[in-house]
Amino acid sequence: MSEVTGDSTGEMLRRVGGDTPLLEVRHVVKRFGRFAANDDVSLKVMPGEIHALLGENGAGKSTLVKIIYGSLQPTAGDILWKGEPVTIASPAEARALGIGMVFQHFSLFEAMTVIENIALALPEGRVTRQLADTISRVSESYGLSLDPDAHIADLSVGERQRVEIVRCLLQNPELIIMDEPTSVLTPQEADQLFVTLRRLAAEGCAILYISHRLEEVRALCHHATIMRRAKVVAETDPATETVGTLAQLMVGNEITRVTREKGKLGPEAILIKGLTLPSQEAFGVSLQDINLSVRAGEIVAIAGIAGNGQKELFGALSGEERPERADMVIFAGEAAGRMRINERRLLGAAFVPEERLGHGAVPGLRLTENVVLTRHGTGEGIARRGFTRFGRAGRIVEKVVSLFDVRKGVVDPEARSLSGGNLQKFVVGREVQRTPKILIIAQPTWGVDAGAAAVIRQSLIDLSRQGAAILIISQDLDEIFEIADRIAVISRGQLSAAEDADTLTPEKVGLLMAGGAEKHGVAAA
Amino acid sequence: MLEAILLTVVTAATPLLLAAIGELVVEKSGVLNLGVEGMMVMGAVAGFAVTITTGSPFLGVLGGAVAGVLVSLIFAFVTLTLVANQVASGLALTLFGLGLSGLIGESFVGQPGIKLQSLYIPGLTDLPFVGKLLFGQDILVYLSFASVFGVSWFLNRTRGGLILRAVGDNHASAHALGYPVIGVRYLAVMFGGAMAGLGGAYMSVAYTPLWVENMTAGRGWIALALVVFASWLPWRAVFGAYLFGTVTVLQFHAQALGIGFPSQFLSMLPYLATIVVLVAISGNRRATLFNTPASLGKPFVPDR
Repeated sequence: MSEVTGDSTGEMLRRVGGDTPLLEVRHVVKRFGRFAANDDVSLKVMPGEIHALLGENGAGKSTLVKIIYGSLQPTAGDILWKGEPVTIASPAEARALGIGMVFQHFSLFEAMTVIENIALALPEGRVTRQLADTISRVSESYGLSLDPDAHIADLSVGERQRVEIVRCLLQNPELIIMDEPTSVLTPQEADQLFVTLRRLAAEGCAILYISHRLEEVRALCHHATIMRRAKVVAETDPATETVGTLAQLMVGNEITRVTREKGKLGPEAILIKGLTLPSQEAFGVSLQDINLSVRAGEIVAIAGIAGNGQKELFGALSGEERPERADMVIFAGEAAGRMRINERRLLGAAFVPEERLGHGAVPGLRLTENVVLTRHGTGEGIARRGFTRFGRAGRIVEKVVSLFDVRKGVVDPEARSLSGGNLQKFVVGREVQRTPKILIIAQPTWGVDAGAAAVIRQSLIDLSRQGAAILIISQDLDEIFEIADRIAVISRGQLSAAEDADTLTPEKVGLLMAGGAEKHGVAAA
Repeated sequence: MLEAILLTVVTAATPLLLAAIGELVVEKSGVLNLGVEGMMVMGAVAGFAVTITTGSPFLGVLGGAVAGVLVSLIFAFVTLTLVANQVASGLALTLFGLGLSGLIGESFVGQPGIKLQSLYIPGLTDLPFVGKLLFGQDILVYLSFASVFGVSWFLNRTRGGLILRAVGDNHASAHALGYPVIGVRYLAVMFGGAMAGLGGAYMSVAYTPLWVENMTAGRGWIALALVVFASWLPWRAVFGAYLFGTVTVLQFHAQALGIGFPSQFLSMLPYLATIVVLVAISGNRRATLFNTPASLGKPFVPDR
């Protein structure tokens, strides 16, 4: 590793150990105007430690991490590196100290090659054969095989993460910050990642690990710091905790466990028959002969890694894309394949797309206006003779807000001013409050904190038990196993047969998700 | 005859090439500066004014570049520091440049200028046919080719070029890695201004050594179209500039020969060709993705 920069300082620095914390954050405060994102936060990371940083969305984890990585400057407080006070003015300084970061939303340059991306993160890095050889060697030695000349745009999400990690490793880091690294991976890819992380830790590299997934934090991390509302509320050894107690520390009060009983099944409400839809885009996925039925009172989940046809399938069901034949999509007995979105709504269907800001809601419009957008033509009298009745829309907003505990600052804010979790609750609530007979929902709790996720999942279960047919498209296996009655897996535009959730295991679903594409990686794990 | 035509093609293509190479670098950094025409015309008037004031066409050329940089700095300040809309600001810059150059140049109208000397190497320049073409051009022609080599090498072989492309591809990531997005873009915009200024100065100091209001006559727009035509590849810009230069020259010759072909049709060819190229490259998503700067024209506001 030390050959990378051509000198051996990295090697020497790595030998520091003992009782001095590698990184110590003391009483850090960060204010944005009057709002404190970090309020007197302290944290110690020891060399070779995998240290979990837990907290709900908005608890202040990202702010703290940005301060440690030099992207933000603290309003008050100190940072000590190996016992010495330091000021980290920029990410470049953080990297020079030996702090690397793997971002949640990858900070890669799509149009560039792997080697160019890595060169950009190295001081004085240039695109040379020598660097390409180093990349190959380091990536092989950690089981993260990579082609240095591949373009990022052609890589899978798992491979992109490898690029981020290898890029980080080449800087000889002593501390690697990982922001929700497994949120985009299959279980097999995640296992592979854990092997790499444990090996790094054994070599003395500390890892600051941010995750929502408490199960993996328990399995992987040596120590956990838990944040709530900008403060550190607990420090613990996660192995001695249960998922329940960790969640409780994060949320503050016991999160309502989602309860599920088998519902009474009614007739088939959603029927997809031989749905074939050639992709409209060069990088898109074509749907091939998809068959699925969802009965009233049932929740069926479609698992799969992003980019395997979920977007296209959602589009075909919601009416944003229309398949060739009307009988490829049947809602409540009516051939709906050629219908427009609002005609489908009139059959009792409702749709919640994956992207809440921009697709599910218009960022610059108020909540009442956003209600009008999806419910103007559903026979509820919100629009009449071309005029909008905002009073009615306002009452719907009130109901959704109280039912789903949407927290907002003013009476009728713009959608963009809501936090991600609250907006998601609103977008889901807007459709659920209509009590649709059919609900198609993509990534219902993506990037949402545990409390909001529980509210949303419970609402979906309740809706189905009232006799709605629900189809969930999700990448989150925990969520799927928590609420789905049956599970199908989409891979490269093909859908596996839906099986009873009780007879499936996450491992089996994971293998189906991986499909043929990542066989290689699975074998290595 | 052919030699004469080829020589005029070179003079028609050079200002296009200079301005296009500058704008190419600007766009590779993720900034869309539609003010090329305004910067060119400012370069033209400044180049002419400095030349007849100092008596030195070299200083004139330099003055054109400086004027281009100064005008581009207005654009950079407005769009990068104040984060104003790039399209509107660029259009405003063009109108501003046209107006201001008219005002500055009022007293120069009709005055004879001094022509930039062409290179003369005894022996080589006297060679039949290729002599004047290859060894008898003025310094800006050679500079335009040097800039193609230079920019190509800079973008693909140097760390600075790598950073510039990274900023244009994904400014948020470049910022997260600690690169000064705004600073890089300022430099790129200034380079674009200098090149557009040189292109303008070429018009008033080398091409036709005199000043006429609005003398760039839409060449800035052609240069802009050329960048897209070249799909952001410097070598294709050479091809495009000479193609469009040829078309311009053919217009005159067609008229002179009395060919009944509407000259307006030839004038619109560059834009038509650009539309055809745009359609062609958007059909190839991969090529588009790899060559088009992904954050082109998008405003960047760093985290607090």
